[in-house]
Formats: sequence, structure tokens, C-alpha cells
Amino acid sequence: MIRFDGVSKRYSNGHEALCELSFEIQSGEMVFLTGRSGAGKSTLLKLIMLMERPTEGQVFVRRKNLSRIKGNDVAHHRRKVGVVFQNHQLLFDRSVFDNVALPLQIAGFQPRELARRVRAALDKVDLLHKERQNPIALSGGEQQRVGIARAVVNKPPLLLADEPTGNLDPGLSADIMRLFKQFNDVGVTVMIASHDIALIRRMQRRVLTLADGQLIHDGVLDRENIAV
Amino acid sequence: MKTSPSRRHPPEARPGTRTGASQSKTRIADKLRAYGAHHRSVALESLRRLLRTPMQSMLTWLVVAIALALPAMLYLALAQFQNLSETWQTQPRMSVFLHLQAREEAALQLREELLRRNEIASIDYVSPDQALQEFEQFSGLGNVLDTLDNNPLPAVLVVHPTPDHSAPDQLEQLRSTLLTQTLVDDVRLDMDWVRRLHQIMIIGQRLVAAMAALLAMGVLLVVGNTIRLAIESRREEIVIVKLVGATNAFVRRPFLYTGFWYGFGGGLLAWLLLTAGVYWLAGPVAGLAELYSSGLRLQGLNWWESLTILFGSGLLGLLGAALAVGKHLHSIEPT
Ligand SMILES: Nc1ncnc2c1ncn2[C@@H]1O[C@H](COP(=O)(O)OP(=O)(O)OP(=O)(O)O)[C@@H](O)[C@H]1O
Ligand SMILES: [Mg+2]
Repeated sequence: MIRFDGVSKRYSNGHEALCELSFEIQSGEMVFLTGRSGAGKSTLLKLIMLMERPTEGQVFVRRKNLSRIKGNDVAHHRRKVGVVFQNHQLLFDRSVFDNVALPLQIAGFQPRELARRVRAALDKVDLLHKERQNPIALSGGEQQRVGIARAVVNKPPLLLADEPTGNLDPGLSADIMRLFKQFNDVGVTVMIASHDIALIRRMQRRVLTLADGQLIHDGVLDRENIAV
Repeated sequence: MKTSPSRRHPPEARPGTRTGASQSKTRIADKLRAYGAHHRSVALESLRRLLRTPMQSMLTWLVVAIALALPAMLYLALAQFQNLSETWQTQPRMSVFLHLQAREEAALQLREELLRRNEIASIDYVSPDQALQEFEQFSGLGNVLDTLDNNPLPAVLVVHPTPDHSAPDQLEQLRSTLLTQTLVDDVRLDMDWVRRLHQIMIIGQRLVAAMAALLAMGVLLVVGNTIRLAIESRREEIVIVKLVGATNAFVRRPFLYTGFWYGFGGGLLAWLLLTAGVYWLAGPVAGLAELYSSGLRLQGLNWWESLTILFGSGLLGLLGAALAVGKHLHSIEPT
């Protein structure tokens, strides 16, 4: 599903955020990405979203070389990748429903099919009863779930999340993780960047650990193994 | 992917997995319908957005309207004047000055002869005495002229050509035939001033066109700048929609419609201003026309001109928006 092949990313200020990174993620996997602040987690996800381009090496998503994707194909690539950010990135000038509908409007869905899918996505995150509200009236956890509904409404085969539980209490964080696991259970490849080592350990899934832009560990974390 | 899409989602929910010609045809029809619906909703949403800040929008609309109404007003005035001058132009006259020595009988005989020509409708004979009387009346120099020993004015035949021989070149031809007559000293075509008027009108038209072009540029810049501010204020939204897969066309669309509405609204306002202006002036103009016993009536914009103003300004707004969007939108990318 995702393959990094000797990928380096140097920002224009000269800072090398990723360094000769190589790994592969199979379709249907659920992978955590961890490491200290500044290790390069967000940068890695941005490369997959084509928000940044690598300075060296190649990134493949669904066997496609991303360096070949240009212009409007970038938009079409992004439609196949759902993203969830810590700072929800919701629009407060429209309802929860319209926020979730955004990717479908962009993809040109008919109103009836669009409404059906939006409701299905909202139902999955348990927010169907709040579809008419403005997201500003929702709690942090609810806003995060709206963001997740928006990320999955177009049924992307790949779901990325950057610190999706960043400022949520442990209970809510566990809820959000359970949600991601549900999507993974129906075949969606999921990649989550997170600091929350305790939570990650509990999930017992593959973990990529970054330090200074390099991959220092790849595998399931034992309960007592490696303190990051 | 190892997992097939159909395992994850029921097939009818995934249009991408459908096959078969008829199904793909309905899919294209569906897409087109959805595309149309999308355009409609974007157009309406853009308009609604403008109406949500009525004062701000009205300011732009007024600027556009004034910039459009100004040249349109001049254009109307010019067209009016042209109509008027055309009615004058259909009644040309020729003053045929006879030699001073010409006797009255000879002059009247020439008149009879000329009247037989089919390009001449009628001829008035003005004797030297009549001419002097008229001159005294109009110039107010009666006393001075009394001191003259003999009348310095020649007899004049005022020739009225028939309407179908009133084209400039036909008149010119008639003039040269008249000049060959021995009795004739000079022929004046009372067309010169019409020609001059015509030239002045052409200059007027060009001035209006130049002014319209400049003001259109102004509209372009005003709308462009307004759209630039709109883009700036919606930066966050642009980033988000790009992140969830919006093409550049999708991002551009609401701004282009906004530009169109700025132009169209300005055009509508300009039209209202012009129509109100015409009504306001219609009374006095009719009164003036009555005084001059002329059939002059102030005319407003016809429906074609009205449509041109509305949609022309809409297009102008669209163009202004397109310029702003082309310049500012692609710099906004999710990072
Ligand atoms: N646009 C940028 N320009 C320059 N340097 C950048 C840019 N974005 C990130 N960096 C730098 O690259 C490094 C990696 O940043 P990144 O955001 O990927 O880290 P991270 O692992 O996501 O950290 P955090 O856990 O704090 O979110 C950091 O040192 C950061 O300062
Ligand atoms: Mg980060």
C-alpha cells in the first residue's frame, strides 16, 4: 500500500526532517508512527498526502510513484487518502453535515447518494443526532469524530491520522482508537502518528519509531520494551 | 490491496466497481446532473454569501454601477443626437447663387427648366430684394445697408432634392451639373455642417469607447481586488478543501461566481440608474422638443442593450475574478 524508498526530506531552511527512510506497509495493516517531537512524523505523513515532496528517494502509494503525480492528479490522489489532524481542520461556517459532505461534493456525488453516505459516516462515529449543528458547538472529542467521519466518508482505502488523540482525555483517546480499529477491521489501511506510547502499546500493532528523521525501530512493542 | 473493495463495501455503494455500458451511461448522466447541481449550488451560495454582507457588497456594486452608467449614459445621449441628426440629414438643401447681372425672367426660366429634372422636388426663388430683406431682418444691420447704393446680394434658387436623391455623392453630382449653367455663379450644399456634425459624432463615439474601456478596466481591478480579499479571508477553507481532494477548478469556482455576481449586480444597478435617469429627463426633453416642434423623444436602453449591460458587466466581473484567482489562488497550498 505504502512504500518509502530511500526517502530524505530537507526543508528549505536546510533542516533534514527525514533521512534515507525505507519501509513498506501492506494493504490492510494498521501501523503506528511514533517518536519524539520533531522526529519527522508529520513530515512523513505530508509526503504521502503530497503536501510536501521528498528531496531524495521515492514514495509509492498503491504502487504509484508519487513523484509522477502532478497538477489535478494530486487532487485525485488525495481523494483516495483520508486524513485526520489533531487540529480537526473543520469549517465553522457550516454544519457538521456539510463538513462531512465536503469530500463528496468535491467528488461530484448526487445529493441523495451524498446524504446517504454522510449519514452513514456520521452514524459510524455516533454523531448522527448532531448533523445540523455547527461544529463549534461540539466538544473536542466530538469535533475529532467529525474529522474522522469526513476522512472516511469517501471510503478511502488508506486512512492517515496525525496526533488524532493529541488533546483528548484517555477515555476519549481510547474511543477514537477503537474507531480507527473498526475501519481497519473492514480492510482500510490505517496509519496513525502519535506520542501516546501507553495507548500504542495496548493496541499491539506494528509501530514505526522515528528519531531525528531515521527509522530506529519497526515492529510490535512489548509492554516493557523500549521507552521512547 | 489484498482485501477486495467489495468485501469492505456493498457493490452498489461503490460506483467505481460497476461495469456494463448502460450502467456507465447512466453514471455519466448522473455525473453531469450532479455537476449541474453543483454549479447551481455554488452560484447560489456565492450570491448568498454576498447578500450576507450587504453593505460591503453594495459598495462594490455601486462602484461597478457608476463605472458602467457613466459611459452608458454618454452612449445614450450620443445615440439620441445621432437619431436627431439623421432626421435633419434627410432634408438637404442647396443654395444656387446666380450671377449679379442675371435678370429675374432668366432666373425664373432656369427654375422652370430645373424643376423638370427628376432629382429635384421643389425650388424656391429668392430675389435680391427678398434676400436683402431677410438679411436685414436677421443681421440687424438694416441701417448700414440702407446707405448702400445698390443691392450687393444675388438672386438665389433654393433647391430641395427628392429624398431618393439625397445621398452625399448624388448631391455632389447635382451640384456639379448646376454649376455648368451659365446663369449660376456658385452652389452651396447646406450639408457641410451635417458632415461636420457627423465627424464630431465619430469623435464623440471614440471618446465614449475609450472612456468605457478605461472604466471597464477599473471594474476589472475593483472586482479583482475584492476577490483577492475574499480569497485571503477564506484561506483556511481553501487549504482544507484542497486537502480533501479539491481540484483547482473546484477551488476557483466560488470565486469566479462571486466575481460574476459583483459584475452582474453592478450592471443591474447601472441599468436602474440609467432607467431612472431617462424617466427623470423624459419630461423636460419632451417639453423642449415641443418648443422646437420636433418629434424628439428620449429613449432608454432597449432590451438588447439592457442584456448587454447586465451580462457584459457580469462577464467583466468574472474576468476580474479570474485574474485575481489566477494570481493568488495557487499560492495557497496545504502545508
Ligand atoms: N515547513 C518546515 N520548514 C522547515 N522545517 C520544518 C518544517 N516542517 C517541519 N520542520 C522541521 O522538521 C522536523 C520534523 O518536523 P515534523 O513536524 O515532521 O515533526 P513531528 O515528528 O511531527 O513532531 P511533533 O511530534 O512535534 O508533531 C522538525 O525539526 C521541524 O522543525
Ligand atoms: Mg507532528
